[in-house]
Parts: sequence; structure tokens; C-alpha cells
Amino acid sequence: MRPPKPASVLIIGSGPIIIGQAAEFDYAGTQACKAMREEGIRSILVNSNPATIMTDEEVADVTYIEPLTVEVLERIIARERPDALLPTLGGQTGLNLAVELHEAGILGKYNVRLLGSSIRTIKLAEDRELFRQLLTDIGEPTPVSVIVESWEAAQAALDIVGLPAVVRPAYTLGGTGGGIAHSLEEYERIMKNGLDASPISQVLVEQSLLGWKELEYEVMRDGNDTCITICNMENLDPMGVHTGDSIVVAPSQTLSDREYHMLRNSALKIIRALGIEGGCNVQFALAPRPDVVGWAESDTADCLPYHVIEVNPRVSRSSALASKATGYPIARVAAKIAVGKRLHEVENAVTRRTTAAFEPALDYVVVKIPRWPFDKFAGGDRTLGTQMKATGEVMAIDRTFEGALQKAIRSLEFGSRTILWERSDWPAVPPLDATDERIWAVLASIRRHVPLEEISGRSGIDPWFVERLARIVEMERTLLAQDLTPLLLREAKRLGFADRDIATLADRLPDQVRALREEWDIRPVYKMVDTCAAEFDAVTPYFYSTYEDENEAPPTSRESVLVLGSGPIRIGQGIEFDYCSVRAARALQHAGIESIMANSNPETVSTDYDTSDRLYFEPLDEESVRDLLENEAGDSGEAPRTIVQFGGQTAINMAKPLNNAALPIAGSSADSIDLAEDRGRFGQILAELDIPQPPGAAVHTLEEALSTADAIGYPVLVRPSYVLGGRAMEVVQDANELVRFFGAALAENTGAVLIDKYLVGPEVEVDAICDGVTVLIPGIMEHIERAGVHSGDSMAVYPPQRLTPEQRDAIVDYTTRMALALQVRGLMNVQFVIAPAAAPNGPGVFVIEVNPRSSRTVPFLSKVTGVPMVDLAVNIMLGRSLLEQGYSAGLWPERNLVAVKAPVFSMSKLVDVDTFLGPEMKSTGEVMGVDYTFGAAVRKALIASGLHVTAGTPFLLSLSNQSKAEAVAMIRDLHEAGCRLYATEGTAALIEGLGIPVEMVTKRLNEGHPNVVDVIRAGTVKAVINTVEGGRAAVQRDGFHIRRNATEMRIPCFTSIDTARAAIQALAHPDAYEVRPLLEYRDGVRP
Amino acid sequence: MSLLHTSERPPALLVLADGRVFAGVGVGAAGHSDGEVVFSTSMTGYQEALTDPSFRGQILTMTFPLQGNYGTNASMEESATIQVRGFVVREMTDLPSHWRSIETLHAYLERRGIPGIAEVDTRALTRHLRSRGVVMGTITRDETAEQALARLQAMPDYATLDYVAEVSTDAAYDFEEPNRLLAPQSDGSPPPHIVVLDLGVKRNIMRLLRQRGCQVTAVPHTTDAETILSLRPDGVLLSPGPGDPMLLDHVTEATRGLIGRTPIMGICLGHQVIGRVFGASSYKLKFGHRGANHPVRDEITGKVYITSQNHGFAVDGDHLDAAVQVTQLHLNDGTVEGLQHTSEPVFTIQYHSEASPGPNDTEFLFDRFMTSVRTLRESSRGGR
Repeated sequence: MRPPKPASVLIIGSGPIIIGQAAEFDYAGTQACKAMREEGIRSILVNSNPATIMTDEEVADVTYIEPLTVEVLERIIARERPDALLPTLGGQTGLNLAVELHEAGILGKYNVRLLGSSIRTIKLAEDRELFRQLLTDIGEPTPVSVIVESWEAAQAALDIVGLPAVVRPAYTLGGTGGGIAHSLEEYERIMKNGLDASPISQVLVEQSLLGWKELEYEVMRDGNDTCITICNMENLDPMGVHTGDSIVVAPSQTLSDREYHMLRNSALKIIRALGIEGGCNVQFALAPRPDVVGWAESDTADCLPYHVIEVNPRVSRSSALASKATGYPIARVAAKIAVGKRLHEVENAVTRRTTAAFEPALDYVVVKIPRWPFDKFAGGDRTLGTQMKATGEVMAIDRTFEGALQKAIRSLEFGSRTILWERSDWPAVPPLDATDERIWAVLASIRRHVPLEEISGRSGIDPWFVERLARIVEMERTLLAQDLTPLLLREAKRLGFADRDIATLADRLPDQVRALREEWDIRPVYKMVDTCAAEFDAVTPYFYSTYEDENEAPPTSRESVLVLGSGPIRIGQGIEFDYCSVRAARALQHAGIESIMANSNPETVSTDYDTSDRLYFEPLDEESVRDLLENEAGDSGEAPRTIVQFGGQTAINMAKPLNNAALPIAGSSADSIDLAEDRGRFGQILAELDIPQPPGAAVHTLEEALSTADAIGYPVLVRPSYVLGGRAMEVVQDANELVRFFGAALAENTGAVLIDKYLVGPEVEVDAICDGVTVLIPGIMEHIERAGVHSGDSMAVYPPQRLTPEQRDAIVDYTTRMALALQVRGLMNVQFVIAPAAAPNGPGVFVIEVNPRSSRTVPFLSKVTGVPMVDLAVNIMLGRSLLEQGYSAGLWPERNLVAVKAPVFSMSKLVDVDTFLGPEMKSTGEVMGVDYTFGAAVRKALIASGLHVTAGTPFLLSLSNQSKAEAVAMIRDLHEAGCRLYATEGTAALIEGLGIPVEMVTKRLNEGHPNVVDVIRAGTVKAVINTVEGGRAAVQRDGFHIRRNATEMRIPCFTSIDTARAAIQALAHPDAYEVRPLLEYRDGVRP
Repeated sequence: MSLLHTSERPPALLVLADGRVFAGVGVGAAGHSDGEVVFSTSMTGYQEALTDPSFRGQILTMTFPLQGNYGTNASMEESATIQVRGFVVREMTDLPSHWRSIETLHAYLERRGIPGIAEVDTRALTRHLRSRGVVMGTITRDETAEQALARLQAMPDYATLDYVAEVSTDAAYDFEEPNRLLAPQSDGSPPPHIVVLDLGVKRNIMRLLRQRGCQVTAVPHTTDAETILSLRPDGVLLSPGPGDPMLLDHVTEATRGLIGRTPIMGICLGHQVIGRVFGASSYKLKFGHRGANHPVRDEITGKVYITSQNHGFAVDGDHLDAAVQVTQLHLNDGTVEGLQHTSEPVFTIQYHSEASPGPNDTEFLFDRFMTSVRTLRESSRGGR
């Protein structure tokens, strides 16, 4: 019996982007909403993340941008009375909330049916013991493990588990205190350390599967028990590295048919046993060779043992990857199955003549490489293990493995880190342990003639992959030794070599290689991802490049425009830019123009095949973009225009090369862009417009830097030009620090280094839209933290709460005149610092930065103001003025709401990274709190970002001298709210002086107990305020342990006095908050 | 040989009878070889496919571009020899990686005298075949495209040739596996005896029957009904095989004589022969069903199974005797995928429930067959 189709469904989004839970859930949620619409079901969506496409008004029928808590969800359920809840598309967040709602009795109370996965299933997959029991019951192998809480128990456990054994302490970060024991002595040492390291003295001992192959299967099941596999994937990195941190290949390359189906059978058995209706991901370890398992090879056994490692009873990062790798829309189909459809009743939207009940056949190779944040966190621990560290990923498709791998490496956008990159301090035999640099280390080892078997043996990487890498190195040697011929060049391109790398090896310039390719007619062709290996004619134009004979992507006859996406999610360039790219593609379609999308990120909505009219899954570098534009130009030679404004710095950086290649840009010209980004030219314009900016200069040498700093006075802000997210940006207090940081800034290799006067004051940000005549400012956002904290890490408030009318007018005036002077066509973002003290005669508004492109605040501002900023910008590029679109100049009337955007960090995943807020961006995602009052909006933003503290919470305070005076009111508020106070030496003296009881804890870790670390780790304090001053070195000396331990204990840690003040105000005066659909706050009548 | 071997291999051509020519490099044996050019979308299982007798007379193209990754070994062979006439791939590796591998795919083909061609745009070839239909072709290294084309045009079409005679066993034999003894029956009775009418049987069919405790005897395609029944079978399995069932009058007659006298399971060509017995003719599909991802819907349960398929002909269900029921249909094109006799223990499937290569989702059909075998055996014993 088929259950009745629900009339309305509540869909839970996954909240802010954090490591391990990224854009893939925006893709999944957006698809789910689309599926509900197709099924005629009313969708009610809740997510706290405003940067997502799914929270756009057109996606769900009702959209709540509210914190993801049980209380909020209950209020939504009470109001909307949905028939059912679909929790399997919002990552672990969605599943956890479903369990909490169930346990709180809310699902029962409101008679809400759970779709996709039952509570039992969710618990089965999450609870280690229940899961093991289930696997045992159905005869599926899982590694032996025992949980121990004492050394005695650990000794007994060894008899069951055997050596080598993996020791994993509970509740430590990144596996701190654990390890692999090969001998009894090692076991004792590691185990005793582990018991110590775990705050609850609990350690898991597990059979070691290190060096086993790791494989994943994406499977689906419908309510009629039809089960299928969408994709299998093989990790290039063997067991031991989190699959999110592994290089992944699809389909598997080293499994025989029997092994492939042995694991497929197991995956299907598991999804049946779990009773999932929807998608599920199963991870396996497979022994690579008999000797690894100490298992005698016999004539009859064809398959080696395997173990089931993990099951996710929901769509996941892997299922997003599998969807993009195969063309099979897992989330969309999973959503339809959840509401009762059978697999064979869902159309295969790629072929439109087959159904969703089949298994995709690939006729290409897919390679995924994670994008790690170590370019930003140089001090972070680069070792890869069981804790995922990547913020995003890239995918590439080709007909050769080497081609797919090389394109994926190009897609990482690591600048100088090409396939040829080697770390200068690597020894003769580079380290092959698992780090983000291993693939390069393997290549370097091959170049240095380390035997391939040794490389495979030490890294655990299957010889098949090592030999493929050796083919790449062999081609490098050939290119170094032989003259380029058409045959050799074609062969190198087949193996994925970029023109740039061929140029390096063959001693040419990249453009010369390109010219040779043109002369010899060596161009990529584009093949289609069609789910069926060309067995059927497909209608979905989803293409990848390869060097072969037949081109399947002839240029379109209609007018088209290319939108450049933003590549992998990284700190400083997040999902916001995917939002903009997707909106741009839709705006083009609405205007009757064909939209072409290029991107390399498999997680996103932009790389969904039905977001644009044509999708090129390609690296976003000059070579690939020019190739695909030339393909689109066809014989006419007229390439479509390219939009570079929406894909973050990735896309805007293409303006110059495209312009040099005489390829047309839509919107602000390459010259306009350069004008805004070139410090000298921009300074000149500001001077001509008489708009103030903090004094400073662009310098190229240390001498210039020192004399500039002397002239303008310390503190100064030092940063390289043309970089994202404030990388290598520093507030520098004196000449010594300047000397130290100047080198780092110069090392970014992006040309000049900017030295500016650091002005203290609130920061304000605006996004503007300009058609060349009219400038529209949808809204002004005021930061809660003072300038000096990166804008991406600041809490931003719309509308501003503290600006004077004069300041606001100055902001509008400056923005308008700058947009016109820069001849912006489209979007522009400006950051100001409000420093009245520095300008006694003016409004005190200084321009800090202008970005001639969409910014990360565009989705936030579009949603809270209702101004469709991207659509307006696209229409301007198509020749329609703002007036024609019904908008006029100036500041858009403020809405009757307050919205607070708050950053979210992933620090608990990154060992050794300091969490203090500074000029360099560290957050990975954002949330929004929206309400009618500032207090309620801030409170919601804090709740959603995990920084909310309640009255009575014990606090640890360790304040810098500069912030002590400012902190007095805050300390009184805390005391009045019944919070017990703990403080380090100087701060305790301050608090005592106020007549408020305080317990002193020392910050000198070797001078007695309890010290700061003790009170944090023991759970005595539940929140920390730790302000610091001085440059980075001073900051790291002071309080690193406080911040790191607070992060590890996952308690709020405020490093900016401004954030702390906002949080304490919310704690001391908790405003009751509303729970309403966004549109009601924005367009409705305030109650 | 260097790691970058392609430029060191001799040039080769794939010439199709319709005049289309694909250039590549020769792999496997030298010379030339002709056959019907077909494609399979299975991503794994090249050695099982190469040795599948149903591919007799055909040049097989794999749509997955990388072939030979895990090498070759005897345990992956579905018959005693390579059955395809030629092999077309995008890329064939000389660097296999698998603990069981004893030989590269190239050496495997070469040693058995089978020519292949690599570095072909196999996707372009597949697109060509899907739109124009399968066609005769030749892999050649020793002639020009014109010469090859002239030769092809003088050649009989695949559909007119009977390949079953080539692939069937010459004499009856008992199928045994080293190191795998037959499990004894729980009641101590002799094992069920299954006779496999070998039209091009795959070893895995016989392996799966052995695993279910059966004594398995394969008999030549020319064996008549009385000879089969004289072996006192508890059930008969009509195997898969190459070509058009309309060419197999003798097998059809033998089968007719078995209906009602023993449980029968028919697979692929065996299914088509049984279809003929019940009045259905066959027709040729444009480009066949070859791959490991074919969805088949059970019309009774509504469940969909992913099946392994390899056939160019299909049963025309229009003129079927009312005594048989179409139980399964291909989800993509509605071809007849399964038949069930309404009163006799006879059922058939168009696809390969024995997998190898492909999914094992329908292996349970062998259990269903065993159930009817055992039920009948018990009732006849009870009647004794």
C-alpha cells in the first residue's frame, strides 16, 4: 500500500556552510523544492543561511530564514501544520533536528509524518553499536572495535581487535591523542595517552584498515523496494583519510567486475535493511592484496575481504558529487521517492525517454579533488585523517584519467601550484604521508626516480594510480627533451597538460603553445554527460572538454551569454557567488538570452544541468574559458559575451585575459575593473572626486613601505593587492612588525603591497547597481565589529543603527559618484570606515575598498530589501537601464525589519589554527537573524551561529588593556544576569575593583591550578571573552590556548569586544523573537 | 616499452560496412577480423564479455574508455576461449593493477589471436551505431580502408549466420569445478540433475546451479528431447547464445518435446527459443541491449530489477500462445523480458540473471527454478 501523498512538506536546510557541510545541501534542498513543485506539494523551507539559492523567494512556496532550533521549528510547524517533514536533504543538521523534534514529541503532537528515513533508521546509522548489530544480523562485515574506559579494559580489548589497532579517543579534535599501534609497547603508550586526552576517558580501539582501498556507493531505494546504484567511487587515497579529504575517482578504476558487484550487493542489502526510501551512501574498505590481510591466496577465492565503514541515510556531499559525475539528480529523485513516487515513475530528465529506474553508465572518468584552506591557515596542521578539513572541492571530467586529474588540479585555482609545483624544502625523497600536498609529492617522487612500487607501498595509493601519474611525468620528460610536433602536442593535451605547463616544459610562452595548437588544429571537443554512455539521444547540454574527434556541442544559433562561476568553495569565496551566478543565468533566460554556465564545483546549484541552457564543467582558467568561448564562436568567430561580475575574484580575474584576447565582456569593462583594483589609478579618481580614503600608498619595496608608514603613522594596514578574503592582511603596530609582514605580503606575488593608515571606527558596507547614468543603492549595512575585523567575519546589520543622517548621505553620495566615475555597468561593492575623529570637518566617512563586482552580501541584501540585484545588473548588461526596469537613483527605502548577518567558523575542525578575529577572513559560512527589532534580530543571529549565551552562564574573561575600560558596562551586565565570572590576573583585578565577585585563574599554564585551560576543559566556564591587541605575534603569544581550548570544547569564544557586547546585550535583555516567513517581515504589515 | 606506448603501436583501422572509418592503433593480434560491430555500456567485466559466447561473430566496443585496468586471469573467463571477433576501445592499458592479474589485456588478446583497436573515439562510434543501427565492420592493420570496405560488402550479414553451432559443446559433459565439491542434500537424496542445453552457455550459469547443489550436465545444441530426457533431468536450462532464434529449428523442436515433461528455465537465446515454441517470432533490435544497467519491470510485483543484457534479437510478444504470459518488460523500450507458462513449470528471462559481468539482482531466479525442480521431484517421489 502506498501512503497518501502529503499536501505540504517541511524541508529543513543545513544551515551555515561549515567544513563537512557545504554547498551540496543548497543543491539538494533546491532540487527538493523543485521536486515538490512538480508533484504539486506545498513546500515550506527553513534555513538560517541567507546565501543559499534555496532560500530565494521563487524556490519554496514558503521560506523561513530562521535559526535551526527545535523551538523555532515547533513554532513553524504549529503555524504551517505541514503533513510531513523531509529531513534527509539538510545534511546531518536536518537528521539531528528530526530526531530532536521526534524526541520532544513535536512530530507526534502535530501529526507530522517523517519522510525518507525513519527515526529508527537515523539512529541505526548513527549509533555505532546498533549499526554494528544490524550489519551482523544481515551478515555484512564491519571492522571489529571495542570501547574502553581504562587501561585494564584496553588490554582485554586487544585480544578481540588484534594488532595493528587504531586508537581513537572520544571527544578530541582531529584525532588528537590517538594513533595506530603496531606493537604492544606502542599500544600501551598510545592507549594511555588517549585515555588522558579524552575528556571523558573513553577510547575506541578498532581493527586497523590502513592501506585498504576505500570505496563509496550511492544507492537509492523506493517504497516498492526497487533498489539501484547511481555511482560507485574509488578514493585514490586509501583508508585513513576522510572521504571528504580524499581525491576521488568515479567510477572505480581498479575493481574487477566481481568486486564491483560484491560491494554493490552489500550496499543494496544495507539500504534494504535500513528501509530507506530515498538516497543513501555506503562506504567500504576493501583489502587490496592478500598479504595486507595476512590471508592466504587460494585458487577458489576471487574476492578479498571488505568491511562496511559508514552509512549516511540521506543525501550527502558524495551524492552531490555522484549527481554531477553521472547526470543523475539524486536529490530530486530522492525527494520524489520520499513523497511516494516509484523510481520508474520518475522521468530521467537527461534523456527524457527513459526513467529514473536505471543505473547510469559513464563513458568518461571523473576526478574530484578537495580544496583545503591551508593557503589561508599556513600555521594549520596539514595532516589529513579522520577529521575533514577541506572547505570545498573541484571536479573534472575527461576521457582519460590523466586529463581529468590535471583539469581538476587546474580547477583548484592555486595560482602557481600547477602540476609541476614542488615544495622547495622537500628532501630527496618527498614525504608521502597524507597531507593536502601528497599528490604533488608523489609526482615529485616519480621525477626523482623513486621506484613506483615504493611510492605505492609507502603511500598506500594503488599502483594503477601511481603508474598513471608516472605517465604524466614521462610526458613531462618527453616535452623537456623533444621538439614539439603536432603528434606530441596532441598526446600531451590528451594527458591533460595545460598550455601553461607545456610552455614551461617546452620553453615557450603559453600564448605560443596556444598559437601552435591553432596552427595544428589541436582543439578540445566537447562531449556530453548523458547518464547512458551515448546509448540514447540526450537533451541536456552538459559538456566537458576532451581531445578527441567528434564535437557534440555545436554553437547555438540564439544569442547567448557566458556566466563564469566561482569555482571551489574556499574561505573568502563562498556560496554567495554561486547564488549570484545562478541568478544571473536565470535572469538571462528571462530576458530570452541563452545562458551558458562554466564552473568546476560539483557541490553547487550552478552546476545543476537545468540551471542554465548550457553547462560547461571546466576549470575556470584562461585556457579553458577561451577554449569554450572559441567553441561557442564556431565558424562565425563571434564569441558570446562573458559576465565576470558574479563569480567572485575567480571570475573578475578573467577580465584582463579575456580583454587581451579580444573576447567581449558584458558589464563593467576590463578597464573599469582595473581602475577600481589598481590602487594608484583608483586613488587618483578619489582625489579628483574629492572623496576621502585613509592615507596610504601602494609600494613595492620595504624601504617604500617603511617611509610610507612613517609618513602616515602607525598603526597601518598591510595587504597585497588583488587577493581574496584579506589573505596576508595585517594590522601592523610598529616598524619591526612591518618588516616581518611585508615579506609575507610580497610573497603573495600579486604585484604591489598596499600600506594604509588603520582608522578605528565602525565599518559600513554598501552594494550598488549602476547602469552608467543611474546608481541604485539597495541598502547600507553596518558592521557590529570595528574596522580591522575582516568584513566577511563581521556581523552586519541592515538597516544601519548608528549612522547619522549626514554620514548616510555621504555614503550615498560617494557611492554614486564613484560608480559613475568608474563607469560601472552592473554591481559594485564599497566598504567604508566611519571615523569622525580623523576628519573633524567632514562626515568622517572614508572609503576603504571598492570591488567592481558582486560581493558576498548580495544574496543577504537582495533578500532583506527585495531588490533583485543580480537581475537588475544582468538586464543592465543587456542594455536595459535601471529606469526602464522601474528603479530610480539613490538609496532604496529602508524596509521595516532588522536583519543581522553573522559569520560562522569551522575552527573546531582545524587543529592549530588561531581563532581570533582580524583582518584576514576565517569564517566559512554565514547565518541571518531577521526580526522587527535589533535586539531580537541579533539574538536570532547569535542563536543561529552558535554564539548565543543565556543568563547565568559562567564566563571566563581575559581582556587586553585597551579593551578594559570599554568592558566595564559589559561586566556589570554579566554580573546582573547572574553569570559567575572567572578571569585572568589583570582582568580579575579590574572586576574586583568594580566590587563584583570574581575567581582568578592564571593564564600561566605551568604555574599552578586551576589555570585557564583547566576551567575550560572541565566545563566550569561555558563562554569566553578574550580580547587581544598588538600584531599577530603578540596575539598568538597571548591567549592562544584559551581560544583553542574554547573551540575544542565548542563553547562561544568572543575575541572582539564588539561581538561580545552584542551577545551580552542579548543575554541581559532577551527580546522575544518572532518566527515568520521572510516575506512577511519584509513586505507585510508589522504587527 | 615506455609508459607512453600509444605512438609505438602500429596504426589500425576500424572500417564499417556503411563506409565510416575510425583510425586508431592496433592492440591484440595482427591481421584483420570481421564481425557485426556492437557496443556494451558495462563499465566493468571486459574479460567476462570477451569470453561470452553470445558475442560470437561480433566486434565488441566498450563505451567505458579505460580497459584492461585490472588485467586478466582465468577465473574471469565465461568460456574456454575469447568469443568476440574483435575488440574496440578508447584506451587499453599496459599497466594493470590487480592481485589476480596474470596478463595484460593486450597480451591476452594477442595470445589468442584476436585483433583489437585502441585510441578510437568510441563515443563517436557508439553515437553512430545508435543512430544508424549495428553494422558489419572490420578491424584491420594490413589493408586500406577501400580494400576493407570492398571485402565487407561481399560478406554475409551477421543476422543470416548460425553461430550456435560454433559455440556449443561437441559432446555432453558434466560441469565440475576444482576444489568445490557438491554440497550434499540435507535428506541424503542424490543431488538434483540439471541438463543445460548449450547454445553458448556461460560458466557462471553452471556455477550457480552447482552452488545450489545440482549436478550439471551440458549437452550439445543438436541434442533432441528424448536424449535429454533419457538423462533423467530434474530440470532443463536453455542457455543464452548468439544470433537469431529463427535459425534454430532443431533446438525449437527439441524444446517443444520437453515442455510439460520437466521444469524449464530459459535465458536469453533460450528464452527466445521458448518464445518460438509458443508461437512468437523474433525481430532484430536496432542496436541491441548490451550492458549491465538495463531496467526490467516485473509486471506482477511492479518491482524494477537492474539486469545484465546481451542480445540483438527480441521476442515479438504479439502472437504468443495464451498459455504463456509476458511477466516482465524492459522499462526503456517495452521489449519482452520474461515469460511464464500458465500451467507448466516453464519460465524464461531475456536478461542474464547469472550476471558476470553485471549485477546479481536477479540471481534469485535460479532459486525460483530450484524450487520448481525440488517441488516436482518431491511430488514425483511421493507418487512413487
